[in-house]
Amino acid sequence: MTFLFQVAAYVFALGGAAFLFRLIGRNITDNAPYFRDMSAGVAIGFAIGAFAIFWVLYTYLVNFSGWWSRDPASNKYFFFYVAIHGLIIFAIVAYAFRWLGRNIGTEATKKLFRQMPATASFGILVIFIYAIVSIFAGFIAPYGQEEVLKTANLAPGADPAHLLGTDQIGRDILSRLIYGGQNTVGIAFATTCLAFLIGITGGFLAAIKGGWIDQILSRSVDALMAIPQLIFALLLMTIATAWAGNNGLLVTLYMILIIAVLDSTRVFRLSRAVGLNIVVMDYIEAAKLRGETLPYLVFKEILPNAYAPLLAEFGLRFCFVFLTIASLSFLGIGIQPPLADWGTMVKDLSTFLSYAAFLPVQATLPLMAAGAIALLTVGVNFVVDWMLQRTSGLKE
Amino acid sequence: MNSVLGIILQRLGLGLLTLLVVSILIFASVNALPGDFAQAILGQGATPEAVAAIREDLGLNKPPITRYFDWLAGVITGDFGTSFAQANMSSFAGADTGKGGIASVADQMWPRFKTTLFLAGTAAAISIPLSLLLGILAALYRNSAYDRFINVSTLSAISSPEFFLAYILILFLSFLNPILPSLSNISEGMPFLDKLYYTLLPALTLTLAVTAQMMRMTRAAIINLLASPYIEMARLKGVSPMRVILIHALPNALAPIINVIALNLAYLITGVVVIEVVFVYPGIGQLFVDSVKNRDIPIVQACCLLFATVYILLNLTADIMSILSNPRLRHPK
Repeated sequence: MTFLFQVAAYVFALGGAAFLFRLIGRNITDNAPYFRDMSAGVAIGFAIGAFAIFWVLYTYLVNFSGWWSRDPASNKYFFFYVAIHGLIIFAIVAYAFRWLGRNIGTEATKKLFRQMPATASFGILVIFIYAIVSIFAGFIAPYGQEEVLKTANLAPGADPAHLLGTDQIGRDILSRLIYGGQNTVGIAFATTCLAFLIGITGGFLAAIKGGWIDQILSRSVDALMAIPQLIFALLLMTIATAWAGNNGLLVTLYMILIIAVLDSTRVFRLSRAVGLNIVVMDYIEAAKLRGETLPYLVFKEILPNAYAPLLAEFGLRFCFVFLTIASLSFLGIGIQPPLADWGTMVKDLSTFLSYAAFLPVQATLPLMAAGAIALLTVGVNFVVDWMLQRTSGLKE
Repeated sequence: MNSVLGIILQRLGLGLLTLLVVSILIFASVNALPGDFAQAILGQGATPEAVAAIREDLGLNKPPITRYFDWLAGVITGDFGTSFAQANMSSFAGADTGKGGIASVADQMWPRFKTTLFLAGTAAAISIPLSLLLGILAALYRNSAYDRFINVSTLSAISSPEFFLAYILILFLSFLNPILPSLSNISEGMPFLDKLYYTLLPALTLTLAVTAQMMRMTRAAIINLLASPYIEMARLKGVSPMRVILIHALPNALAPIINVIALNLAYLITGVVVIEVVFVYPGIGQLFVDSVKNRDIPIVQACCLLFATVYILLNLTADIMSILSNPRLRHPK
């Protein structure tokens, strides 16, 4: 009952605040049209926004001293502070990166950065950092990904030699996070490339040749797409693990092949549709009359003209493949043990999450691996979103 | 009206055909397994005679095409066979196929499918109204701070892996503020409210995962229409912006919105695998993953077919609904 009463009080307070806000706005601005024509909904929206900002500021300031002195009672707010500080740091970094892009580089890149929203420049920065960390993982990581050290279950920060501590069997978590990036991102990238190779070749072949080749390819793609992708991948992985036995690397290889084939169906559809629009062009006709070979037609004539939509699709597909692989690994059927990877790490470390109330630093470990996955897909999606908006010319 | 019925019947026929192809695909993939049922049940120390006896018993020595039709006939009558985990040596000792006392695949799957439907239903009941509301508001106040905020946050939610969203929700709503349980130990015959209480956290996670796409589609579909002349006319008439969107734009934007809702419903039922594992929710996704790990082929096969059926059915519904909601398709010239 008291709960309902509280809710009613909040609703009443919001309505009152909205009404007051509009009234004051009218009086201050001498009845400006903006405030005069403001509907009640917009006023309430402003009130909700102000209330949310006020709540965040209030909680931040009131609990600041407890958080600063590591008071155990403020553990509850640890993640709140992490989120706020993370958001502020990311925002500063994104704006700084865009500022750098606008002032350094050639005229063309400067112009690109000037037109870019902050989210897109943030995405580019994220992709850039992930690429560097993944490529140079061997140099950055302090220990090997399988290296078992003396002490297991070391808390983060307890030993300066292991910044993020060690896991159940004594492997350095920071090193595993870095190598996990290399493996997860690398495997997802390779899978997407393979899917595009299969999909684009098939799609353009169907577009050029038409007839029965087109029919066979299109109908088999339809059949493959009729089963939900994750489910079909799981079914095929059952069979793959039966074939591979205990060989973890072989299971991983099969997984790459399975996901690449399943994902190439989407690429096939797109590249066939794009290809069909291109093959009717005069320059294709001319190339055919010149007697060019099929590979020349596909890779030199059609591909360069289908570049923009395929590039955006590559970003989306990469995210999808990346998430599928992470989910499979999380379920224990994806990338296998000799290789470190983020999905498996989340699963292995997830028990630490229940320590959140008394050992918050420990509880961040599973979230760090999961957040690393999320950050990259969010970054890629931001860039793709901007690219799609730019190429489609959607202004409104 | 006749032509509509014709179109629907045609789509249904196509759906059945797809389902047939899917069943062939599943059967063929399962047959690519090394060894067969008999060896899998008996394990490595099996004598050739015992293996041969079980092959004879289950009809595994028949050619694949005959076995496929036997399986299909079983599926149509609701008999999915016996799961490996339930079957063992003793059940095959006699001449009968070991039906007595052993839960069949269908018996195992049905209650779990019902709990999954409950989860999907709860998630749909929250996410569909929410995403429509957010989408309409985003279209109404496009390019405002609200629009940008909702755009960025939904894009982030859609690109995060489900287990990340699940763990974030568990962290804040279960461990730091003990409001909801982090494990969904649901049993049969629980009162409805208790069931809802244990389902709420997984349902909220699913809501986060699917709301973004439906909301973005609602926004895009409405905004696409705002440039058309009849909307301009309504605006010039002095119709309020809210009314323009609700009465003039929304009915014409329904087809793509219904389509994306149906697709997301399909996702709710088939994409629950990861979320059920995180919350130890006793649904069909959990059963599927366990069976995949144990290589319990009859269950994997049956679950796969079930998921595909639901998926095809919902896609079909999306197709038919978008025809029904569009007069131009309803009355083709």
